[in-house]
Amino acid sequence: MDKDGALTPDFEERRDNPAGRERDFSFTTLSDQPIKPLYTLGDREDADFALDIGFPGEYPYTRGIYHNMYRGRLWTMRQFAGFGAASDTNRRFHYLLEHGVTGLSVAFDNPTLMGMDSDDPRSFGEVGRTGVAIDSLADMETLFDGIPLDQVSTSMTINAPAAVLLAMYVAVGEKQGVAASKLTGTLQNDILKEYIAQKEWIYPPAAGVKLIVDTIEFTSREIPKYNPVSISGYHIREAGSTAVQELAFTIADGMTYVESCVNRGLAVDSFAPRLSFFWNSHIDFFEEVAKFRAARRIWSRLMREKYGAKDPKSWLMRFHTQTAGVSLTAQQPENNIVRTALEALAAVLGGTQSLHTNSMDEVLALPTEKAVEIALRTQQIIAFETGVVNTVDPLGGSYFVEALTDEMESGALEYFARIEELGGVLPGIEQGFFQREIGEAAFRYQQQLERKEKAMVGVNEFVDSAPIDIPILRIDPDVERSQRARLAEVKTSRNHPQVAGALDHLSAATRREENVMPYILDAVRGYATVQEISDAMKVTLGSYREPAFV
Amino acid sequence: MTESGRIRVLMAKAGLDGHDRGVKVVARALRDSGIEVIYTGLHQTPEQVVAAAVQEDVDAIGLSLLSGAHMTIFPRILDLLKSEDAGDIVLFGGGTIPDPDVAELKKAGVAELFTPGSSTLDIVDWVRNNLQHKSHASA
Repeated sequence: MDKDGALTPDFEERRDNPAGRERDFSFTTLSDQPIKPLYTLGDREDADFALDIGFPGEYPYTRGIYHNMYRGRLWTMRQFAGFGAASDTNRRFHYLLEHGVTGLSVAFDNPTLMGMDSDDPRSFGEVGRTGVAIDSLADMETLFDGIPLDQVSTSMTINAPAAVLLAMYVAVGEKQGVAASKLTGTLQNDILKEYIAQKEWIYPPAAGVKLIVDTIEFTSREIPKYNPVSISGYHIREAGSTAVQELAFTIADGMTYVESCVNRGLAVDSFAPRLSFFWNSHIDFFEEVAKFRAARRIWSRLMREKYGAKDPKSWLMRFHTQTAGVSLTAQQPENNIVRTALEALAAVLGGTQSLHTNSMDEVLALPTEKAVEIALRTQQIIAFETGVVNTVDPLGGSYFVEALTDEMESGALEYFARIEELGGVLPGIEQGFFQREIGEAAFRYQQQLERKEKAMVGVNEFVDSAPIDIPILRIDPDVERSQRARLAEVKTSRNHPQVAGALDHLSAATRREENVMPYILDAVRGYATVQEISDAMKVTLGSYREPAFV
Repeated sequence: MTESGRIRVLMAKAGLDGHDRGVKVVARALRDSGIEVIYTGLHQTPEQVVAAAVQEDVDAIGLSLLSGAHMTIFPRILDLLKSEDAGDIVLFGGGTIPDPDVAELKKAGVAELFTPGSSTLDIVDWVRNNLQHKSHASA
């Protein structure tokens, strides 16, 4: 070794003698990044430690957004849940709270995600299947029954109709006597990644972004402790992207929201501190840790240098993480507990602010209570037994982790340049750029699995033919019928002129391109439904159909 | 009229499900193996899927469902195929479908279902071995 700690030729010679030959194996990350046999100080000889790494809680936040990280406060253990009717999910929420979750997270069913009611023919077979069915404020009241909204923070995974569900949450608060200013939580409300990856939309992309700016503007004024957007890489990764694509596309979405808000006339420091992010934590441990660290650094530099934010809170990337659903296997499903634990550990060592751990059975169906409990206990074991929380960013300064963090950052910057050449994120979506990049990566990975260049234990390696035998949560087929009956009851018992008037006002405000949030809130208070509200805006905003890219 | 001898498959997403990773990977694998593939795009109603299958004169529909709505949508498409006099179009599919449901759907007339962990090689083999290009002599 030379005095600078760099790799020397004589070491390489000693290592590469015949006895030290490498086995026949592809030493690459899950995303195909080649990995060297050894990293040394020489891999970062041009780097400036203070400029690139620095201290936690200080610009550029590579090592974490707080000075003391988990010694000050643990991450929020937030388990995503929702199925059946509001009363079913309310019971699951109470179960989770009794077992120590520290935040709630609502999964909505497909009709709700698409802005449709349970009685629309297109909703048949889908009501309450992959999340909870919410049609009107009446369902939302049931969902949070016995849960004081000033004592729990709630994350809501909702995008195209996010403004409607946010208004319902505010209205439930009103009924409980909790002022909007006291509400805490996060609205996913990231429509760009819907067009890119998750594909649950109502309006065309530009209209979708307009609604997001409306909610950001409204929350910064009326619900200042609430995060109006959770800019999400999770779904991009689940759709098959690489780690660098997840990082780059998500932050590009974030830049689009910032620019749209600035174009509306909002001062960057008035909303940027409330922007939050949501990452996937996949199975390649170091690649994920490097991604989280690079993400913080890229964002803080953009906010400070590109957008001129002055408030250090605007520079912080706060994020939620979920372990990778796509990494789980239907075969030998108990192995998923191990995968999830490793992915959760990467998220913690990457400095996440909150975490959802998947349950072992989620590749088969929505999770059972037992499976959810094990997933939550996994987080508690990491937090209270392993000791990884004792010091801040324990992997910081690792030659390998720092080099990989740099590579993640430069990979993302290359994508930013390509996206800019396309004219930005919206033109990129129209041209199918993101969809094709992700589709390519997904297909490449599938081929690698089939050629056994990448391994999945129980799927293409170490396969056994034992039948899959774990309990599965079944959704009562009667949920759909009873949900439609409840909706019919709401529709007959509400004040019709009030609802019709509120919807008319909303339509008119949409036409005038006003901020629609106050009008949605009025409609929601009168028990207008998700679909009625979405349709009232659709007249002006139009609807979206994606070209069928393969 | 289709190119002679080539199997023609409509890959379909029905219902409100937006998960299109699987359907696209399978569509591409089938296409790369020489099978003619048409993709419906997302969020189709069962009626739209069947109408497209009839109009495109396909040999089979490959339906992808990860929304839990499989016990509603697969039977609905089978019914529509019958009522459209297109019962010769084979329906197969894939997605997150628990084993007991797989058995029930197969009994109802779904030819094959591929669940998580399936290889596209197996899917291509199955299509080649079990589908035949329709004779259009009388068409």
